[in-house]
Formats: sequence, structure tokens, C-alpha cells
Amino acid sequence: MGYFDGFLVTLKQIFSDRVTSEYPKEKRPKPLRHHGRHVLNRYEDGMEKCIGCELCAGVCPARCIYVRGADNPPEAPVSPGERWGFVYEINYLRCIHCDLCVEACPTEAITESKLFEFSFTNREDAIYTRSELLVGDDGKPKKLPWEDWRGGDDDHTSAWMRATSPNGQAAYEGRVQWSGELGYGVRAPEAGQSGDPELAPPTDVEATAKGPLYAGSDTAPGERASDHRHVEAS
Amino acid sequence: MSGDPLFAGGVDWVVVAFVVVKALIGFTIVMVGVIFMIWFERKVIADMQNRIGPNRAGRWGLAQTLADGIKLIFKEDLWPDKADKPVFRLAPYLSVAPAFLTFTIVPIGGVFSGGNDGAVELFGRRTWLQVADPPVGVLFLLAMSSIAVYGIMLAGWSSGSKYPLLGSVRASAQMVSYEAALGLSVVAVVLLSGSLSTHDIVAAQAGSILDWNVIATAGVPFAIFCVAATAELNRPPFDLVEAEQELVGGFHTEYSSIRFGMFYLAEFMNTITMSAIIVTLFLGGPAGPVLFGPPLIWGILWFTLKVLVFLFTFVWLRATLPRYRYDQLMDLGWKRLIPLALGWLLVIGAQRIGLDRGWDRFVTGAASLVVLTLAAVALFGAIRVAERRRQSDQFGEVVA
Ligand code: SF4
Ligand code: SF4
Repeated sequence: MGYFDGFLVTLKQIFSDRVTSEYPKEKRPKPLRHHGRHVLNRYEDGMEKCIGCELCAGVCPARCIYVRGADNPPEAPVSPGERWGFVYEINYLRCIHCDLCVEACPTEAITESKLFEFSFTNREDAIYTRSELLVGDDGKPKKLPWEDWRGGDDDHTSAWMRATSPNGQAAYEGRVQWSGELGYGVRAPEAGQSGDPELAPPTDVEATAKGPLYAGSDTAPGERASDHRHVEAS
Repeated sequence: MSGDPLFAGGVDWVVVAFVVVKALIGFTIVMVGVIFMIWFERKVIADMQNRIGPNRAGRWGLAQTLADGIKLIFKEDLWPDKADKPVFRLAPYLSVAPAFLTFTIVPIGGVFSGGNDGAVELFGRRTWLQVADPPVGVLFLLAMSSIAVYGIMLAGWSSGSKYPLLGSVRASAQMVSYEAALGLSVVAVVLLSGSLSTHDIVAAQAGSILDWNVIATAGVPFAIFCVAATAELNRPPFDLVEAEQELVGGFHTEYSSIRFGMFYLAEFMNTITMSAIIVTLFLGGPAGPVLFGPPLIWGILWFTLKVLVFLFTFVWLRATLPRYRYDQLMDLGWKRLIPLALGWLLVIGAQRIGLDRGWDRFVTGAASLVVLTLAAVALFGAIRVAERRRQSDQFGEVVA
């Protein structure tokens, strides 16, 4: 029945799963290292991490960060350092989410969430200011009216977690080298790139990676495992 | 048989009212059918492509067609500078009108078995459940499908633009070629029923399922009709007329707004009408078992179900088959379908004569099949030889 096999193929598809999802209604989980909208982090005592050094602005290839540093007022310092960033703006009409600012920052002040669904309707809203970028007292990002934060987009916002080891040395692979001072936004370290079992992380990465990552999303763990190769790899 | 009993007692205003109301109801059925069919096609094709399909307007996206229609009405009506305006405006109507007119000859219900003539009693008058029953029914069908070519041809020509012209040239060549096969396969049905009227054709199939023309003609004319009908409809896999990759949109490239909508409407109207015609000619129209309750309802139900099967099949074809190449299309039409339809017509003709003369039907059948096979071998041999010769004329000696 050579000619008619094709008809069976199309007919069978009716009963198989849909590959599209009803997007605005349900979100697909994003990759762990997705680069989204930034947050400015704080220490547990509420101090801002940013010291106004302007390294992020200097490294930004899109020239979309504008930082002005100022000396901390001695009676009420904003950051533990000498200076603080009293103006901090990111223009999201220009940001390419390359994450270079995150890597440049000496104090882990700026990191990225997984949110990319923020549809502002004017230029003013597109330029995020310091108060909009700063996390709240609980360490969670501020949620602006035009942002869509469903599906765990605000997980894992704290600190630098883009590499297996912040200082790049294999010996530190898989060790927690970053700080979730506000007790929020840190995920378990990943297994090392070397694949050496000696250097394997102390925690159960797989379980942790699946847990908070998928929390709040409509898709069951492992369903789109191909998006997250490290889940299988680790 | 005589015509519609509605006209038996002369024509008074009640009869006129009857006809008008029937035409309106027929039109409504087709329009609702089109709205449903567009939604159905989009949903089914989405299912076959693992997508969800329209789901925003109304429950399960049922109102999507309506939304699209309203949108089209409010779009700006553009026409090209070089367009021949009166013809450009006329063409969409020439496309829609035949599509609906063909539907008027389809009996959508009525009880034909047990000596009934399919008439229903309404307001003291007896009438048939079809808008019109011209004595030349089948010829009317062929005439209308020819007129539909004008809509497409004129649309392409009057656009004053190259893609529409190419599309419409393809369309007219395709539709004219397949009309021959279409007509020849219907002749087999007409031979069996002894009438051109669609009502009589349905009445002749009223007995058991063995009386349905698809079985009475041994399936071949049915298959030819289905293929030719798909080509007449310009539906995939025969949608060369509007092959997007080659011709943008084909004949309606330059159309916008509701004028485009009317071509779209005509296309789906034609699909429904053609399905209804196939059911009428080959599958006994409303014939089917009555399980309980009034037989009239069951007739309409069976008719609808059969039409639905064909509508689904058209969508299924579209989801499955890639488009034909133009020369393949012409080969299939002229070198295969038309000879086959002609040959089969002769077989059926021999059977009819054999019946009249009292010949043994199996001997007649076997003899005519042998002749048909010999003729087929001769024909395809001749076609092959001709092709070889042409190739060697063009490219020198062909090896193997
Ligand atoms: S992610 Fe890249 S482009 Fe965006 S602000 Fe940081 S350095 Fe600039
Ligand atoms: S965010 Fe980091 S790099 Fe940028 S100014 Fe503040 S401390 Fe410096």
C-alpha cells in the first residue's frame, strides 16, 4: 500500500501530543541559565551590593548601562563600601542580554532573572531605574505591572551562577561560591565540567535542579529534558 | 418520472413563496456549512500537524471564521492601477454564484425507499427537499463547473499583473482538462439511472446499498469522479492554481478585502457542493437505514454524515499529499483518467446492452474487460513510444 502509508501517518498525528502550547496561557520552562531582566542584589542587612564602580557600564557592548557613583553618606551608608551607585539605569531597548555586566561586577551586585516577557509600551518604561531593579527585602525582584513573572522566572536570581566555578579553577567546581545573602535565589551548584566524581557537588543536583526550576510551571519535570541537557548530564 | 410535485397544481403565490423560502434555506445551509467547513479544515489540519489550531474566537475557535469575515469586510478594497475594473469587480461574483447554484440541485433529504418519491408534506403542499430539480440536472452541474472557470480566468486576466495571469491560465487548463474526466465518469451514472435529473438519480439508488452507484458501477467512475472533482476544486494535491511558492496567491493575488473573501467563500462552497454532489451521484444521497423515529430525519442525517466524510477526506488529502507538477497533472488527466473513464463507460454500456438482449452478464463483463485491457495495453504502449520518440528527437538517442 505504498501510496497510502502517508495517509496513515497524517491520521495518526491527530491522536498524538501537540507540539505547540497555548503560550500566553501557559509558559514553557526556560533553560537554567537563561539571561533575562536584571536585578540589583542586596545583603542580608539591606545594604545594596552595588558600589558604583561602573565596571558593568564599561563592559557593556550595547552601552545601555548608565551608572553614577557617589560617596556613601557616613551616617546612613547605602552600601558597605566607600561608594554607592546613586544612579543606575539599564535601557532595555538596547540590552542584548549578553550577561557581560554580570561577569564584570566585582560584588555580584547585578545578576539576571529569567524574565524576558516584559512588554513596556513607551521609552520611559523601557529604561529601568535603580529602584525598579533593586530586589525587595525578601530578595525577590520587584514585579512591575507590565512584566509577566509566571513560571518560576524569578527563581535563581541571586549571585553569580553562570559558571561552574566563579574563579574558573577546576578545584572549585561544584562548590557553592556565591552568596544568597537574603536566603533567596540560589540554586545548587552544577557538576563540574571535568566530570570528575571527586569534584562532584555535595548536594543532589538533579533533584534540586528539577525541583525549584520547574516549580510553578505547568510542564512536568523532565518533559522537555532536551532543553536542559545538564539535567541528564549531571 | 415527473418533476417536483410542488408545481403539479399550477403556480400560485404559495408556490412562489415556497420556492423563495427554499432558496433562502438552501443559501443559509451553504453559508453555515462554509463557516463550519473553514473552521473544520483549520482544526483538522492543525490536528494533523500537531498544532492546536484556532482557539481564541468563541468556544474551540468556532467563531474564528466569523471574525475573519468581519475583518475582511472592513479591510480596504484595493485594486491595481492596470486592472480592468468592471471585470475585476465582476469576477468574484462569477466565482460564488455557480458554487451556490450547483448546490440547489442536490436533494438533501426525503424518503425514497418503499415506493416513496422523496416528497415531504408542508403546509398542505408536497415538495422535494431540493431547491430545484431541472430535468437536465447533471448537465447543469457540468455547466456550472465550467462557468466557475470564468470567475478564475477573468480574475486573473483583469488583475493586470503577471502572477494572477499565470495562475488563471493554469486554472483554466486544469479545469477544462478534468471536466472531461468528470463528465465521462458521470455518464456511467446517467446510463444506470436513465435520467439526468439528480432527483431521479437518487431515487434510482433508493433500494439496498447494492443499488448505490458506487457499487453498481464497480467503483471506477466513483474513483475517477473523486480525483477529477479534487482537481476541479483546485484543492491539494491539485492546487497549482494558487501554488504559493510559485505564484504568490495565483489568480487572487491582487484581490483584497471582501472580494478576496468571496473567492475564499467560493472555494469552500465548491468543496461542500462537490462533496454533496459525490454523495448524490454515487452514494445514494440521503439513503441509509432508519433505526427509529421519523425516516425524514434519518435521511438528512445520513446525507450530512456522508458529506462530512468527504469534507474530512479533502482536508486529509491536503495534509498528506504534496502538490502535483504541472506536466504530471496533465498526464494524469489526459493519459490516464480520460481513457479509463471512456473504457469503463464502454464496459457499462456493454452490460446495459447485454441486459436488454438477455446475454449472460458475466460473459459480457469478462469479454468487455478483456477488450478494455487490450485497449489499455495498446494505448499506454503508444504513449510510451511517442514519449521515447519525442525524447530522442530532443536529446538524441536515449539509452535504456
Ligand atoms: S546584559 Fe550585556 S547588554 Fe545587557 S546590560 Fe549587561 S552587558 Fe549590557
Ligand atoms: S553593578 Fe557591579 S559593576 Fe556595576 S557599578 Fe555596581 S558594583 Fe560596579
